[in-house]
Amino acid sequence: MTVAQQPEALNFECETGNYHTFCPISCVAWLYQKIEDSFFLVIGTKTCGYFLQNAMGVMIFAEPRYAMAELEEGDISAQLSDYEELKRLCEQIKRDRNPSVIVWIGTCTTEIIKMDLEGLAPKLESDIGIPIVVARANGLDYAFTQGEDTVLAAMANRCPEKAPVSETDKNERNAIQKLLNFGKKKEEVAQDESEYVDHKPLVLFGSLPDPVVTQLTLELKRQGIKVSGWLPAKRFTELPVIEEGYYVAGVNPFLSRTATTLMRRRKCKLIGAPFPIGPDGTRAWIEKICSVLGITPQGLDEREAQIWEGLEEYVKLIRGKSVFFMGDNLLEVSLARFLVRCGMTVQEIGIPYMDKRYQAAELALLEKTCHEMGSPLPTIVEKPDNYNQVQRIYELKPDLVITGMAHANPLEARGINTKWSVEFTFAQIHGFTNARDVLELVTRPLRRNNNLKDLGWDKLVRTEAKI
Amino acid sequence: MKLAYWMYAGPAHIGTLRIASSFKNVHAIMHAPIGDDYFNVMRSMLSRERNFTPVTTSVVDRNVLARGSQEKVVDNITRKDAEEHPDLIVLTPTCTSSILQEDLHNFVERAQLEAKGDVMLADVNHYRYNELQAADRTLHQIVQYYIEKARKRGELPEGKTEKPSVNIIGTSTLGFHNNHDCTELKRLMADLGIEVNTLIPEGASVNDLKKMPKAWFNLIPYRELGLATAQYLQEQFGTPYIDITPMGVVETARCIRKIQQVVNAQGAEVDYEEFINEQTLHVSQAAWFSRSIDCQNLTGKKAVVFGDNTHAAAMTKILAREMGIHVVWAGTYCKYDADWFREQVSEYCDEVLITDDHGAIGDAIARVEPSAIFGTQMERHVGKRLDIPCGVIAAPIHVQNFPIGYKPFMGYEGTNQITDLIYNSFTLGMEDHLLEIFGGHDTKEVISRGISADSDLNWSKDGQAELNKIPGFVRGKVKRNTEKFARERGFKEITTEVLYAAKESVGA
Repeated sequence: MTVAQQPEALNFECETGNYHTFCPISCVAWLYQKIEDSFFLVIGTKTCGYFLQNAMGVMIFAEPRYAMAELEEGDISAQLSDYEELKRLCEQIKRDRNPSVIVWIGTCTTEIIKMDLEGLAPKLESDIGIPIVVARANGLDYAFTQGEDTVLAAMANRCPEKAPVSETDKNERNAIQKLLNFGKKKEEVAQDESEYVDHKPLVLFGSLPDPVVTQLTLELKRQGIKVSGWLPAKRFTELPVIEEGYYVAGVNPFLSRTATTLMRRRKCKLIGAPFPIGPDGTRAWIEKICSVLGITPQGLDEREAQIWEGLEEYVKLIRGKSVFFMGDNLLEVSLARFLVRCGMTVQEIGIPYMDKRYQAAELALLEKTCHEMGSPLPTIVEKPDNYNQVQRIYELKPDLVITGMAHANPLEARGINTKWSVEFTFAQIHGFTNARDVLELVTRPLRRNNNLKDLGWDKLVRTEAKI
Repeated sequence: MKLAYWMYAGPAHIGTLRIASSFKNVHAIMHAPIGDDYFNVMRSMLSRERNFTPVTTSVVDRNVLARGSQEKVVDNITRKDAEEHPDLIVLTPTCTSSILQEDLHNFVERAQLEAKGDVMLADVNHYRYNELQAADRTLHQIVQYYIEKARKRGELPEGKTEKPSVNIIGTSTLGFHNNHDCTELKRLMADLGIEVNTLIPEGASVNDLKKMPKAWFNLIPYRELGLATAQYLQEQFGTPYIDITPMGVVETARCIRKIQQVVNAQGAEVDYEEFINEQTLHVSQAAWFSRSIDCQNLTGKKAVVFGDNTHAAAMTKILAREMGIHVVWAGTYCKYDADWFREQVSEYCDEVLITDDHGAIGDAIARVEPSAIFGTQMERHVGKRLDIPCGVIAAPIHVQNFPIGYKPFMGYEGTNQITDLIYNSFTLGMEDHLLEIFGGHDTKEVISRGISADSDLNWSKDGQAELNKIPGFVRGKVKRNTEKFARERGFKEITTEVLYAAKESVGA
């Protein structure tokens, strides 16, 4: 291979889109846990159900607040009335679980037979008295984490428009505030308010586990920034107030529809920042929010340096090593940027979908990081082709491939280290606090193989089908 | 529409993919949207496959929806043909392509003009068949295709093999303990002096299928997979088939006697009675077990059985006939083949349950309160909730049901494995019961354990609340590490901030 001229700017390519990822309906698995009073009804076929049942493993046995509305031949050929059928099922859900919201997840099948879920929902909503939110999280249009994006975009339209007047209501509405005010009297709360700088309300969007919500909220509090609300909140009934002119910021790179909805429909101002993944990302995220709100950040240098110090034992394992992202969850650019900062070389960033506007700040940071670290700028491959990627992996021999489970075992059997990409979606990876967890994941295969390296067992397939 | 949380048998295309990827050098192309290739994950994870699963997708997206697949499917087939040179490419429809009603037949015919390998369209309707039925149909379709192809070219071999021989039909990828059963069946055939002519679909090449007529008979170990193929071969070549599952001592003997009858009818002169006797009394421990004191203690204990037809029927007979256990009800989720199940088990249980509603199964278990359950992973979880032990005997299954150790369910070694499975389920239940009567294990409190036992540290309310959000199984460790961190730095109270500072510093 000849040494290519180092490219000046990021190179974007687009392949055939024949890649493996999870179906976007998988978002129900984490969203039903996040939104405690919700019920997710996936309107689809056995195929959808089989995927959910197998992908979610043990969770299915915990009496989840999600179910399939399984379409039968009569539904497909329109012998049955969609409205009557959905009404029957939703009444049953109301009777058994009494949720505060039912989220309908539209699938490929409802798209193809053109079932008018958005049209049916308002009528049924008034008939049964439970809000019905419609999200079309189907595999025709979206990949994996984009499912959450479609749900949150639909939820954004349900956020109240005006702050309630009475103080008690406010406390009821705002879970984070309640958490921060835990057990304090009213005067103390008033005193707490003085800890914040006076700024325009800020609402964050993106579903994160509660501990991470607390961590990021505290991180901004250190800068005197108050988080007025979070989309989604712990309960549907606690969705944040969003008034015209509020600031919003995303915490995950796959939320472009939600961002668009907040800007266009709710007239919010989007703070376009890199995402708080890795200490570098977290710092850039906070700095950008501070700068938009007119605040001078305090002590971020020390804070970031201190975190990096704690990470050194992991960083030294991966410094100088190469990594290849096959691409399946849209976290790839942020993770790649963090790993470049750790001293890794990124050979390829596969990604299902690249919104260059929503991810602009993240892409700029990636480019800057590569320049600063003297690392070649990676190619970003949108809609990758897994077969071609595997050929490139054979050629490039990366030290680590971040990939889906379909390819992980076969690559391992060929002596290539892999990390299962889906773990990054379920692990806590945001903020300063969790930078260690990201590296714990990234280094695990390398640490494992250090333990086994003297055994001579790295290639475990008999014949390589080389034709 | 049907409200569903759980299904026992998967969608049709899973069955087709199981057959296609069981064969060597056969590639399946799904006509499906992004994300429907979850089969690859299952095969790679559950059976820990070292090779890439030979399944790719011809992606159905918005463009396809608007304009049809046009050249896409054909291009994908010819591309795969050039890349991997498979003997056969099976175009696999999914629920999505079923309703798009594209002319997939036409795509296959066009691709066949260019492709070097064979191309076929799996003939399964998503809305009519489930995974098991689709697998049975696809296997039949592939066998028929290659028999007819060989016949057209005059390549069908004449006559039978010299020595008695068998085609074993039905072991497939992701089948419950199929690889172990397969080894055990080959061993049994060798002991009986019967050559294995072909073994399909697992590990077979499609080019070997034309050899199938040379076998003296076909053995169908699993009720769900292979029957259509066996019936086809009987029609075409008069090859008799045996569909007695050799699972359990009595059924294994019955299967062997049937083999004896079938090969003797074709001129062999074999007598397996001595072999059956020797195996039953001295090789398999199951017969001796049923005589032993251990098994006596199980007499009349209540059990319930649920699974696919093959395993649920065999288990019911073993429990009732070979161990004297009281099977209160036995059930299957193979509703499409319910009559067969009823006929098999009716005399061995009080009640027969035919359903694929896991809620109804759960209720039926709770109502009966058996001492042990034999079912799928779903029943295992019901058992956990009700504190009843469960032995897993059928799919749907998890990765722990793909053991590395040798654990067949069939043949004589299979009888030993099943005996362990049954006995361990019951004794564990017994142990629990005794523990309860005598007030559990040692009940003394642990007096001191490390630093967190005599904590001089205060957890603030918010710190404590945050700690409680951490999953139970790591909470103790996080608590200890946080307190160590706080003590070292002289914090008197542990707040949320301190908790996370500790995490940042030591990874607590």
